Order: sequence, then structure tokens, then C-alpha cells
Amino acid sequence: MKMKIIREIVEIRISDIKLEKANVFKNQDIPLNREHSLKVETLFTEAMELFIEFSHPKGLVSEIPIPEFEVVYFGEGLNEKKTPLDEIFKKADYLALFAVTIGEKLSQKIGELFELDEFALGSMLDAVASEGTEKVADIVENRFSELLAKSDEITSSTGILRYCPGYCGWHMSGQKKLFEFLHPEDIGVTLLDSYLMKPLKSISGVIVIGEKEIHNFIDSYAFCSQCKTHFCRDRISELFRE
Amino acid sequence: MDILNKISEHLQLGDDEKVRIFTKEAIKAKISPKEILNNGLIFGMDIIGKKYKAHEIFLPDVLLAAKAMYAGMDLLRPMFIKGGIPTIGKVVIGTVQGDLHDIGKNLVGIMLKGAGFEVIDLGNDVSPSEFIEIAKKEDASVIGMSALLTTTMPFMKIVIDLLKEERLIGKIKTIIGGAPVTEEFAREIGADAFGYDSINAIEKVKGLTGMT
Ligand code: B1M
Repeated sequence: MKMKIIREIVEIRISDIKLEKANVFKNQDIPLNREHSLKVETLFTEAMELFIEFSHPKGLVSEIPIPEFEVVYFGEGLNEKKTPLDEIFKKADYLALFAVTIGEKLSQKIGELFELDEFALGSMLDAVASEGTEKVADIVENRFSELLAKSDEITSSTGILRYCPGYCGWHMSGQKKLFEFLHPEDIGVTLLDSYLMKPLKSISGVIVIGEKEIHNFIDSYAFCSQCKTHFCRDRISELFRE
Repeated sequence: MDILNKISEHLQLGDDEKVRIFTKEAIKAKISPKEILNNGLIFGMDIIGKKYKAHEIFLPDVLLAAKAMYAGMDLLRPMFIKGGIPTIGKVVIGTVQGDLHDIGKNLVGIMLKGAGFEVIDLGNDVSPSEFIEIAKKEDASVIGMSALLTTTMPFMKIVIDLLKEERLIGKIKTIIGGAPVTEEFAREIGADAFGYDSINAIEKVKGLTGMT
């Protein structure tokens, strides 16, 4: 059994960020099964080049015992009464808070492009940056499972998924306690009173490690009817495909 | 093909260079700037909007066309007396206080300009009083607010409450939008309209300003 609590600033090389073009195009409302112009391809290539030039990816992960996470999760007391995460985290083997960012420079670059009337490139770069941030979170998640794997904590039935405040009934204000525990300022991420993180392209949340089955839930919670994405379905089915 | 058609066609192809060339040609041919604007640039942009709505083209195509439109407008601007492009209405737009998401708001602003509105973009993290002050100062007919977080949406209501306090409801109309914003929320807070995307926002603003 592992003894030490893990806390690590994860060094991320831009070459390790493997962006999925399909996700970028989805953000730009471009259906995958439809042909698009060469101009769109050129914009994507240019945006990728700018992403490499201007992003400064950083990640932070810190293991947290279940009782302490209970306090973080409760946050400001604004969560929905019944949420999937509330049931999931109590059955977890390990929990880790995390925060990632690709830095402020890229957002500034996007702003500059809009100022210069380069709307299409600015918008494409924004989509690339959003996808890049998700991929940085994937890297941090993988890093944490690697650390656990070193001490044989991961088996074939282990399922690893991350959950974020602002999704599935976990109120955005949950970030306040999360920040108090994790200190993402160490990687340059701060939280505004509106619970918005700066830089904009940042993600925070909890990585939940346990039996795959604990992540399996049905999207019939009160708030699910208002959800526009139902991303949870893809996440769960992907977990069981692995 | 006449020059105005060429402007519209090249705008639809997102070719800003060609739009610049043919706008210059149209000016040289003594076509009135208003005609170039309405029957060349805005005409082309209107087709783009319809094609986008019908999913025949995609967001990047729309934004390339918008850039081409702006290229033409830049050449026309000095030709209008008092240096201003004639507009079909003035809209003050911004992302509400505490929120820094501005891509969606930018897209709405670009499309409104493309449809012939004058847009005063206050940027992001805009306080309720700034929305009101600028709208009053600029004599705008619409305030457009964007929010991407449920925690910043309440600022939209504060703006509308301030408008009520100042008895400006009806004189200055409001439209709201952003990922977590809904038609129901718009009704609840007394906003005049809700826009679910940039094209829908244009239709709604046109409705608010009596253009439809
Ligand atoms: C004036 O009249 C009008 C009329 C129409 C108007 C209008 C004004 N303003 C907008 N419109 C409309 O027209 C525009 C053009 O079509 C549209 O504008 P949008 O801005 O909506 O659209 C953009 C062009 C493209 N859309 C986007 O870029 C946003 C897409 C979604 C998937 C999204 C993304 C990509 C991201 N995010 Co996040 N993100 C979500 C979004 C969910 C969704 N499906 O929309 C949302 C906004 N995010 C959310 C959350 C929770 C978060 N995100 C976060 C992070 C991220 C990424 C970094 C991964 C990425 C980038 C964000 C960004 N925009 O830069 C975090 C916060 C970041 C921060 N800095 O604080 C984090 C807090 C998660 C976390 N804990 O880390 C949710 C907010 C929920 C809430 N309760 O408020 C969210 C709705 C997802 C969800 N739960 O469904 C329309 O809304």
C-alpha cells in the first residue's frame, strides 16, 4: 500500500499534446462527415502553429483523502441535492485534485487576431486552445495514474475519470475550496469572485480512481434534462471500451 | 457580371483582396457608397447568413466573409458625410461583469455589423452601470449581453433592473445569450430577447429594432 500523498507540478512538453482535429472542428460547428474547403484546412494548420508558439501548458495534481474531499466537494453548499459525483467519490480508491492551464499568452493572441479582423483564424485558434487545454488535463490524469501504477495500485478493472465543478450538479463555487486545498496559483492559475479562472483556458477538478463500475451512472438526475451535451454518456462508454 | 455582383460573390468566397479591388472599382465607376454597401457587401453577407443557417457552409467560411466585408467597409467609410457608415441601428454589446468569455460575444458583434448595425463592443467584464451609461451616451437602441457561466448570469438581471429604474425599458431593448442562458431565463429576468447563436441574434435584434 502506498503511503505518501502525491503532489506534483507536471511538466508538459507541447509535443506531448496530441490534439484531435475532430474535436476542434466540432467546436467550430463543422460536421465530420461533410467536406470543407481548403481554406478551412489552412486555418487549422495556421492555428496549430500558433498554438505551438503561444501555449505554455502547466499542470498540478495533488492526492486528497476522501474525508478531505468531502469538504472540498461540499464547497459553499450550493451543489444539487443528488449528484453522480456525490455517490461516486465515496466509493473511490484514490482521489486527486488537479488544475491545468495553457497560459494567458494564447488568449491574448486570440484577442489580437480579432482586433486585426482575422476572425476565422482567431476563432479556429480559440477552438484549438480549448481542445489543447482538455488534452493537458488528459496528460495530468495519465501522470497521476502512472504514479499510482508504480506502486501497483492500478489493475485492469480500474477506471479513471475526472469531474469538474460546473458539471453534473457540482456547483462552480466548488472551485473555492478546491483552490484553498490545491493552490493552483503555483502554476499561475487564480480564481475570480465569479468563480472564473484566469487564464481563461484552464480546467480544475478531481480525478477519481476506482473500480470502473463506480463511474457508471444513468443521466436521469433532476438537472440532466437541462444539460445540452450529455458528454457523460461518451465518457462512460469510452471507459468500458478500454 | 456587374461590379456589385462581383463584390458579393468574392465576399461569399471570403476573398478580402478581391473585395477590396472591386470595391475600389465600384467607387471609381461612381456607384454611390450606399449602393455598394447595401447591394454589394450587405447583400453578400446576407446570403452567407442564409447559407450558414442552412448548414451549407461553416463558421470559418462565415468569418472569412465577414473579414472581406470589413475590407470593403473600410474603403467606403471616408466617403460618407460625417465619416460614418449608415447603419440600421446601434447596439451596445459586452460580456457581463465577472466573465471573460468573449468569443461568442465577438461572433455576435461581427455578424451584427455584417447585417448593417453599428456595434459598440465594450469587451468583457462589463459592469451593469457601464452598459447603461454607454447605451445612453451613444443613444443605442439595443443592449446585448453575453454570459458563459451561471455565476455571472445574474448581472444580466441587474442591467435590466437598472433600465427599469431609469425608465428606459422600451426605449433601450435587451438581448441576452451564451451557453447556459435560456429563453426561459430571458423571460424570467425581463429581457426582450434571447439569441441562441449569432445568426439567431441578428434576427432577434432586427425584430427588436423593427427591421423585420
Ligand atoms: C447579445 O446576444 C447574444 C446572443 C447570442 C449569444 C451571445 C449574446 N453570447 C453568446 N451567444 C451565442 O452565440 C454564440 C455564437 O454562436 C455562442 O457563443 P458561445 O460562447 O456559447 O460559443 C462559442 C462560440 C463556442 N463555445 C465555447 O467555446 C464554449 C464551449 C464549451 C464546451 C466549453 C469550453 C470549450 C471550455 N470550457 Co467550459 N465550456 C463550456 C461550453 C459548453 C457549451 N456547449 O457551450 C461551459 C461554458 N464551460 C463550463 C465550465 C463549468 C467550465 N469550463 C471551463 C473550461 C473550459 C475549457 C478551457 C476546456 C474550454 C474553453 C472555454 C472558453 N470558451 O474559452 C472551466 C472554467 C474555465 C475558467 N477559465 O474559469 C469550467 C468551470 C470547468 C472547470 N471546473 O474547469 C460550463 C459552465 C456551466 C455553468 N454552470 O456555468 C459549460 C456551459 C459546460 C457545461 N457544463 O455544459 C452562443 O452561446
